[in-house]
Amino acid sequence: MITFDHVTVHYADAPAPSLRDVTLRIPEGELVLVVGPTGSGKSTLLRTINGLVPHFSGGTLTGSVVVEGHPTSTHRPRDLATVVGLVEQNPASTFVTDVVEDEIAYGMETMGLDPATIRRRVEETLDLFGLTSLRNRPLTALSGGQQQRAAIAAVFAAGPRILVLDEPTSALDPVAAEEVLASLHRIVHDLGVTVVLAEHRLERVVHHADRVILIDEGRTSDLLDPAVAMADSPIHPPLVALSRLAEWSPTPLSIRDARRRAGGLRERLAELAPLGAPGALSAPTRPGSDTVRTTRARILRGGRPVIDDLTLSLASGSVTALMGRNGAGKSTLLGALAGQLPLARGSARIGTDSGWTDPAALPARRRVALVGLVPQQPELLLYTESVATECAAADDDFGVEPGTTRRILDRISGGLDPDRHPRDLSEGQRLELALAVILAGSPKVLLLDEPTRGLDYGAKQRLSAALRELAAAGTTVLLATHDVELAAEVADRVVILADGEVVTDGGAREVLSSSPAFAPQVTKVLLPQTWLTVDEVAAALGRSA
Amino acid sequence: MSARERLQHPAAWWLWGLGLATAASRTTNPVVLLLVIGVCVLVVVERRDPSTPNPLVAFLVIGAAVVTFRVLMTVVLGNGIRGETVLVTLPRIPLPEWAASIRIGGPVSLESLLFAAYDALRLAAILACIGAANALASPRRLLRYLPATLYDVGTAVVVGLTFAPQLLADARTVRSARALRGHDGRGLRELARLAVPVLETAFERSLGLAASMESRGYGRAVRTTPGGRRAASALALVGALGVLAGLYGLLDSSVGGALGLPLLLVGLLVAGASLVVGASRDGRSGHRRDRWTSTESLTVACGAVAGGVLVAAAAGAWAGIVPTQRAEPPAVPLLAVLAVLVAALPAWFTPRPRRVA
Repeated sequence: MITFDHVTVHYADAPAPSLRDVTLRIPEGELVLVVGPTGSGKSTLLRTINGLVPHFSGGTLTGSVVVEGHPTSTHRPRDLATVVGLVEQNPASTFVTDVVEDEIAYGMETMGLDPATIRRRVEETLDLFGLTSLRNRPLTALSGGQQQRAAIAAVFAAGPRILVLDEPTSALDPVAAEEVLASLHRIVHDLGVTVVLAEHRLERVVHHADRVILIDEGRTSDLLDPAVAMADSPIHPPLVALSRLAEWSPTPLSIRDARRRAGGLRERLAELAPLGAPGALSAPTRPGSDTVRTTRARILRGGRPVIDDLTLSLASGSVTALMGRNGAGKSTLLGALAGQLPLARGSARIGTDSGWTDPAALPARRRVALVGLVPQQPELLLYTESVATECAAADDDFGVEPGTTRRILDRISGGLDPDRHPRDLSEGQRLELALAVILAGSPKVLLLDEPTRGLDYGAKQRLSAALRELAAAGTTVLLATHDVELAAEVADRVVILADGEVVTDGGAREVLSSSPAFAPQVTKVLLPQTWLTVDEVAAALGRSA
Repeated sequence: MSARERLQHPAAWWLWGLGLATAASRTTNPVVLLLVIGVCVLVVVERRDPSTPNPLVAFLVIGAAVVTFRVLMTVVLGNGIRGETVLVTLPRIPLPEWAASIRIGGPVSLESLLFAAYDALRLAAILACIGAANALASPRRLLRYLPATLYDVGTAVVVGLTFAPQLLADARTVRSARALRGHDGRGLRELARLAVPVLETAFERSLGLAASMESRGYGRAVRTTPGGRRAASALALVGALGVLAGLYGLLDSSVGGALGLPLLLVGLLVAGASLVVGASRDGRSGHRRDRWTSTESLTVACGAVAGGVLVAAAAGAWAGIVPTQRAEPPAVPLLAVLAVLVAALPAWFTPRPRRVA
């Protein structure tokens, strides 16, 4: 049991408190989901549970947090390690040892359990999380999903009764995310562990939750029933939006519940689009001539081919989603197109007025006018002290008229305070700033690597709108993403990579609706009709979503 | 599932590296120093755990930079050695009276360059030894054997150790990110621009690791009183200082071995006492600890032979240990060379680490 009693957290130098007067009681054995926009205090709330806030982070905490009878005011995080396990956003940066088995044993070693017990618990934990075959593998050689499972296993092995997870599936492909959630489901249901987790990708987790806490600007709701919470939460998955449109009550949270209720909706939609081809309703795409072309490309990383024999061309003014498992070669392909990684064989060319150009052969200054890449960690592009100076530096870098970057930023963002330090911005705001910087160079080809990591639905919608606008103006957009809902929103075409090869390539509707792993929620509910988004359905019904 | 192969105990590799570093610190003979670097490379190539990144390269690069910088500075500023073989005479920049002891420009002699290069090479060789120990046994593995008394020190060390090797990788990432803004990452101004994001990224990573270790119970004090904890910490601190000062005395010949060895011994004693006091509260236990077998002892012995012989050589002022300041090929002290070669033996008799499938 976790009790928050009038908890307020104020970090040093922050203009406003991160948590305000939070009073909550989280009972034992529940899976509690914390829902809120970026920067709303989710991570702070999670980190108060094991005392990292304020013991490690600094700042002042008033009120009290009591975990299984231990107040965090007198117990440091290390004293609570047997009570609370915390799995942070990016597990790779939190590994203490080098090998899976050592990592699982590490927590128990610090607790001083006897070696025989450690041995037994290591085996049990490996089995529970399906890691037995990976026990001797170096942690750095694991895929994202495996790393996340290893991180949870390592924390869980120490025997805490409470598990706290910050965005456990945000960086994972849909299948790996399912594996992680299945592991969590098992420890909640079989072992009665209390789980508190924060996650932006509600479509993945909300149906697993027993209770939901809504949080906004540091204020929390009570523990709510998920269906009740979703019925009027401003942050909700597409399924809930569909349910509101169709006026279903209570709100279904799983695809299965929704399909049971969707019979009537399917019939109505079938009448409106008799051929089951809603594609006719959406704006027709006008494919232009090709601007990107790779021929039989092979790209090596660490001496191993990550991309092999890849031939792909992209039409100008199109938005293509590049999907596939973690480690399938998506980032590598983007790096090569941006001229950052050399090709071992074959070619990658960008079309210009004067013919096909190899981006790697151009000096950086001229390359940026051809192709722009927003990397997976957008903060790498930002290095000045404030938003305003960053924009000015970008104007200078790309030799454009002063104020250009600022104008672009104002158009794609919800308004950013020019005096903020880029590192203090939320994940979504940082991405918007980085995107504005890259767009200042007005590249013909825009590449985005995993842009929705850590973005809430509002930021995602603004991003989709910005990308559609760019494509309409003739920019070729290629985005690597795990987010099927984003792909459904913006992509004309979907390319799925596996082991460095193209396994599927086709129109977004056709590809997304035919693959069980990559189908968006709306499609899953309305199959065999192939609607992709709530907006499409709303347009067909003649209502606004 | 294949049985887990044995990795050599990390402490053995670090002691071996320390022995070799001691050897390198005692001489400026380029043949011996290059041999030390060669031994480091050989052992790392033969016995590195291939599943971990190789930090030796970074240390070698830093070493090369040290040598280059030192030689360049000597060309410009001179180092007080007046050689006969003047290679080139740079135009001398006149300085005011009060800076008479400083010289910019003037004749550049081969002797002064050689002296500077040899001296810098010594530092490069010591760096290579540390790099080799790093590559052969990751500091994280070593940390598992650190007693609980040294908790605070240990945390600082881990944060530091993860900080340094990652810097290079981060610099590469940040540089390619700079290219995305149209800069090719060359030139001094660019370097300054790179520094901020590189340092920030590395700091954030290290803090993340420290937070993770904290929340996973690293350094939990089991059954302890504040008084006992403070006593143990104080002893540990004094002991560590003693060990450090002693090591410094041993490594830096200008202080003289007379101060180094007793200080080291006293430091070790105090540190040992702190461990005994602290051991009563060391609640940690081991899961599949690396065993200490004959190969570990032999490895340490090989490092000790190299270190011991060179310390004796320096004390006895053998010919060629400090090459003459003349422009001629240095004499090769045969025994010293053999001693350094002994340190290469672990490349054969130690267990071979697992291969990545």
